[in-house]
Amino acid sequence: MDKFMFGRYIPGDSWVHRLDPRAKLILTFIYIGVVFFANSVWTYAVLVVLLLASIFATGISLRVFLRGLRPLLWLLMFTVVIQIFFGAGGHVYWQWGWLSVTHDGLINALLILMRFVLIIMVSTLLTFSTQPLAIADGIESLLSPLRKVHFPVATLALMLSLALRFVPTLMDEAEKIMNAQRARGVDFGTGGLKQQVKTIVPILIPLFVNAFNRAVDISTAMEARGYRDGENRTKFRELKWHRQDTLSLIIYVVFSVVVIGLRALQL
Amino acid sequence: MDIAFEKVNYWYQAGTPFAVQALYDINLNIPAGAFTAVIGQTGSGKSTLIQHLNALLKPTEGQVIIGDRTITPETKNKHLKPLRKKVGLVFQFPENQLFEETVLKDIAFGPQNFGISEEEADKLARQTAKMVGLDESLLERSPFDLSGGQMRRAAIAGVLALEPDVLVLDEPTAGLDPRGRNDIMGLVRHLQAEKQLTIVLITHQMDDVANYADHVIVMAHGHMVRQGTPREVFSDVAWLNENQLELPTATAYANQLIQKGFTFDPLPLTADELADQLVPQLAKQGVADHG
Ligand SMILES: Nc1ncnc2c1ncn2[C@@H]1O[C@H](COP(=O)(O)OP(=O)(O)OP(=O)(O)O)[C@@H](O)[C@H]1O
Ligand SMILES: [Mg+2]
Repeated sequence: MDKFMFGRYIPGDSWVHRLDPRAKLILTFIYIGVVFFANSVWTYAVLVVLLLASIFATGISLRVFLRGLRPLLWLLMFTVVIQIFFGAGGHVYWQWGWLSVTHDGLINALLILMRFVLIIMVSTLLTFSTQPLAIADGIESLLSPLRKVHFPVATLALMLSLALRFVPTLMDEAEKIMNAQRARGVDFGTGGLKQQVKTIVPILIPLFVNAFNRAVDISTAMEARGYRDGENRTKFRELKWHRQDTLSLIIYVVFSVVVIGLRALQL
Repeated sequence: MDIAFEKVNYWYQAGTPFAVQALYDINLNIPAGAFTAVIGQTGSGKSTLIQHLNALLKPTEGQVIIGDRTITPETKNKHLKPLRKKVGLVFQFPENQLFEETVLKDIAFGPQNFGISEEEADKLARQTAKMVGLDESLLERSPFDLSGGQMRRAAIAGVLALEPDVLVLDEPTAGLDPRGRNDIMGLVRHLQAEKQLTIVLITHQMDDVANYADHVIVMAHGHMVRQGTPREVFSDVAWLNENQLELPTATAYANQLIQKGFTFDPLPLTADELADQLVPQLAKQGVADHG
């Protein structure tokens, strides 16, 4: 997993790093929502400016963000190609059977690509600048009104933070197991499909066995230390809303209004 | 098969913001047929080092020469398979790699990956199981039903069944009881003496180093800080203490005796050597006391 950047946290002390995770979650959702309103060069330009400014505020270089896109490159290319060849309408540039490249198809492909890239980048921005546990805390806090309708918010949050906590552990373990199997002559990523599927078994079984064993250990350890489900517990990490959080929120809302306004004016 | 490292630097996740250098300018030789021990504190880069021995990791800079193959940063992942058969690598806690339905199948998994027929692999698996001291009756069981020590043996057998020329073991005795430890060290010793295997062993057990190793490599913070015979490495007691490395039990004991006025030359590494030097001195003292 040497080159795997997507969804990781990069420690830092920037403006964005210091924001309340709740604020960052809300900003991310606002941004993703607004992306779907964008439909013209100008609206996208506004969104790109906002994204670049936010990236700049994280203190992490743009190169690192772009590298985060790399694992998803094939997915992006695939969508674009599908859109180009199967989209219809407008001037026809090229046709072969029922495959055609048309004006509208090209435009649509470009729009979808932009949307994809913007959404991935803004989610990456959230995970790069926010510790997984802070994200879980933020989600719990944002969902807390649901307690009134007896939604198990605390349990969900615990599940989420345990999951987030152990993703890197599992990835490390998967890598170790892969190496151990490589040492026993397994070739990952070569041969036909059948061959490749076969190589998954020697990774997944040990990975699951270890994960289950660990889960049992953790639950025993939690019970031994008095954890009971569904009780009101106090927080070790308190979330605090600062002026910067409100300020960032205002900036995002202003940009959103601009994008929606531009769309309404059909610019 | 000789193995040599030339100016090897290794970074985990090279080229990302998470890059960490784990090996710095490593130059060393691992002589064929010898028993080489790798020691050093936890996190000093021992596991990273030995994963270069079968090109699971490739140097970020420098080169590793393994027999007639040279592994450089540019080496492609293809065609490394023959190397993996020649250099068998037993990972730290190898029981975490077991996955087959039965112990026998798991041991036979490796050989089959190298194109050995099912029957041949089966035969090989039975032989190696016997060699590592796994009872026939366990072979048809699920590997997950074995005890920790038995799982460890099964996993080691899975690598031994490849019939490698070089056997590399990453702390194979960690977490085992004394009996299990002795069995595994006995097996390793047997493989070197009878089957002429080159052995590379990572260990925290200095007694094993003193008893078995011909050659010792000392790692600290990603650097190779010493290499030599056990006698050379363990002679510098002050330096070992500085680097938080333990002494073999016999050597530590001899050191305490020196404070009490005994003399040792050379410093004993094993219980036998200690006894050989101690007995005459005690006899003399006895005579003096009764004088
Ligand atoms: N997959 C990895 N990604 C990033 N860093 C790693 C990885 N594996 C090891 N390291 C780092 O490389 C350094 C050397 O690790 P290594 O596992 O080689 O140590 P070791 O000497 O085998 O320790 P131990 O005695 O605990 O097994 C450590 O600082 C470790 O944190
Ligand atoms: Mg190690």
